[in-house]
Amino acid sequence: MKFVDEFRDPEVINTTADEIRRLAEGSRHYRMMEVCGGHTHAIYRFGLKDILPDNIELIHGPGCPVCVLPMGRIDDGLALATDPNVIFTAFGDMMRVPGMTGSPLEHKARGMDVRIVYSPADALKLAKANPEKHVMFFAIGFETTAPSTALTIMRARAEGIHNFSVFCNHVTIIPAIRAILDSPDMRLDAFIGPGHVSTVIGCRPYEWIAANEHKPIVVSGFEPLDMLQSIVMLLRQLKAGEAKVENQYKRVVPWEGNPAALKAMNEVFQLRPYFEWRGLGFISQSALRLRDSYAEFDAERRFDVPGVRVTDPKAAQCGEVLKGVLKPAQCKLFGKECTPEHPVGALMVSSEGSCAAYFNYEHRKAMASSLAWPA
Amino acid sequence: MAGMKSAVVPEGTTPKIRFREPQIEMAHGAGGIASRRLVEGLFAPLLFRSANPSLNDAAALEIGGVRLAMTTDSFVVKPLSFPGGSIGELAINGTVNDLAVSGARPEAIVVSFILEAGLPTEILEAEVRAMAAAAEKAGVAVVGGDTKVVEHGKADHMYISTTGVGAYLPNIHIEARSVRAGDKVLLSGPIGDHGITILLARGELDFEADLRSDTRSGFPLIETMAREAGPGIRWMRDPTRGGVATSLNELARDCGLGIHIFEDEIPVHDPVRGACELLGLDPLHIANEGQFLAVVAPEYADAAFNALCQAPGGEGAVILGEVHPQPAGSVLVTTRYGGSRIVDMLVGDPLPRIC
Amino acid sequence: MCLAIPGKVLELFPGFPYLATVEVGGVRRKVDLGLLENDMPEAGDWVLIHVGFAMSKISETDALDQMQTLIMLGEGEQALQEVRGYGLEDPEPPKPS
Repeated sequence: MKFVDEFRDPEVINTTADEIRRLAEGSRHYRMMEVCGGHTHAIYRFGLKDILPDNIELIHGPGCPVCVLPMGRIDDGLALATDPNVIFTAFGDMMRVPGMTGSPLEHKARGMDVRIVYSPADALKLAKANPEKHVMFFAIGFETTAPSTALTIMRARAEGIHNFSVFCNHVTIIPAIRAILDSPDMRLDAFIGPGHVSTVIGCRPYEWIAANEHKPIVVSGFEPLDMLQSIVMLLRQLKAGEAKVENQYKRVVPWEGNPAALKAMNEVFQLRPYFEWRGLGFISQSALRLRDSYAEFDAERRFDVPGVRVTDPKAAQCGEVLKGVLKPAQCKLFGKECTPEHPVGALMVSSEGSCAAYFNYEHRKAMASSLAWPA
Repeated sequence: MAGMKSAVVPEGTTPKIRFREPQIEMAHGAGGIASRRLVEGLFAPLLFRSANPSLNDAAALEIGGVRLAMTTDSFVVKPLSFPGGSIGELAINGTVNDLAVSGARPEAIVVSFILEAGLPTEILEAEVRAMAAAAEKAGVAVVGGDTKVVEHGKADHMYISTTGVGAYLPNIHIEARSVRAGDKVLLSGPIGDHGITILLARGELDFEADLRSDTRSGFPLIETMAREAGPGIRWMRDPTRGGVATSLNELARDCGLGIHIFEDEIPVHDPVRGACELLGLDPLHIANEGQFLAVVAPEYADAAFNALCQAPGGEGAVILGEVHPQPAGSVLVTTRYGGSRIVDMLVGDPLPRIC
Repeated sequence: MCLAIPGKVLELFPGFPYLATVEVGGVRRKVDLGLLENDMPEAGDWVLIHVGFAMSKISETDALDQMQTLIMLGEGEQALQEVRGYGLEDPEPPKPS
């Protein structure tokens, strides 16, 4: 596969890893946070931790839109779909996320019309194909996904589709990074920046991280060589005492972002004054809702939303793991009450949530080596 | 039934039911962790009291001095028909393969139909023809069956269940507990074709590809392999629902060893790879209907592998990995550059993701 | 948020300016090119696809540049290894005598 296989070349991975080991040599401990859940997933999928030296610590950030979604929002969305005339559509990522009344898949098993879609455009297609029903799209995602939702809503308007609405849970990445940096327990040296969000917002929005917080940030692609090259670039900055924004993912990320995507987002969405992030609390200006001009497509205005608020069990330490203060295995519930099969917190539900990724890809490796079996 | 833990309860004792869940969920039928809990926690303690439950795909019976393998499977497929096959073919080949990977020659099958009232006869006829063709190709006789009809809406057009018996090949003895560190793991060919074909055929994701289900009888290849390397074959399984990952995890747990898979050796057709990358799926979790895994002692591995490669239909065979002491009970995928990851059983069916 | 994959634009549709068939390793799907309206791709171009929308055109030049940089990194290291073997490497910059 072009533009994929080259960046998985084992020989080049080996030589790049060698360069990382050379650059990182010494007693200094480096703490780098990868903001985006997709990067967390890539780290585990490609086993990158195995080839990094021990003094480079990768800390998983909060860029998992499923993980930061408060449970109550799932119940709200499902409540809207209890009407048998409503078809509940969402990405596969949402299907196993439990609300208080169960997950969308569990609701499907009980008879609710729940369908997985790959694209918001497919939800709109369903609406066109089922004029007697109402199709509700449960939208999640950061700025990578929001423009596609926006464009879909604009298409719905242009084509005169009225049996379609969006339950909008889009969030923005900068407030999440700010919340991390504002956290008093945080000790980070550098950031691996979200590559796909940046195709939309560009690299400028990260300049304050370098200028004000003096932390280097490298906008990174998702293949092993992308992430390793980003780590090389961060190490070079750190060793030189620099702090700037760099774009490793040049083949895809324009420095100024995607004007058409920003325009579509601006046309359809506005910022909510505040929004609750699971594990991080209420953050102002951090989430999107539909503008008044598009109210007819806003599920929250077309239907009565219960406004369910569910607090996480006190024992669940999702917030601390989200902020990178605790490692997944350090949460008291990890691997016991909270597993991918019966998740207590959202970090275990989404496969790119730090806890699920760690559990699925790493946990048993760590246990096996810690028992120190003879070779 | 695959992967049952030994739970022989001696006559006269009270069976201990470990299955505590209040109701049955979809996950219990998905072939992964939840399915195993149901089988081991409810069915095994109550049903398998005096028989000799094995950890294999088929039950080994001894009747009047004759050793027979017996197995059953049911088929619930949507859509009924898809590129490369249909439910009828799956129903025959699925049971044929369960017998074959137990080391038995499939001899006879009985079929049970649960049909939905309103099902057009021409659809039923098409499936029956498909079954006849598959049975003939597999060299197995369909010797009887049963039919029930339920109200409209109570079955997705039709459910088919098949039960098969077979005679054990003389020189094979399949037993997970005989697997040893150093054994090689063989795979008969590319994975993911069936599951992705079904996913695309459902039409919900609006993808299109030149891809067909790999449904076929694996017996000819297994028989060939057994001729050359029979005494060295320790374990076999057909990786259906849950994919190679689930089958190998079952093996890892049953033998208490670590199964290492070489990432670069995993054979995947381009469209399967493309679909998996697009949807965030792992080919190791995708269902297959025409492949099998075999664990072979190292001194027989080359003979087994060569026999497979040279046989018709075995050209895509690979040596997928090997057995190690660690990580005990788990499956580890290793890369050429030294990275590795644990690959687990799935909780339910693989779901596409966008994050 | 993050799963996006490179795909090749196979054909565009005259009546639907934003629609194109894109192929990823043998799998084809209609993709909306509306987010690239300022710089529309043509058949043969490669785009990054996320949830059925093209997010960005992929620059082959930048991709090749990047691979070159990485390969040179490795070669540079190899060359350094050889030089180190001579025992000539001095960790401190030479002081003026």
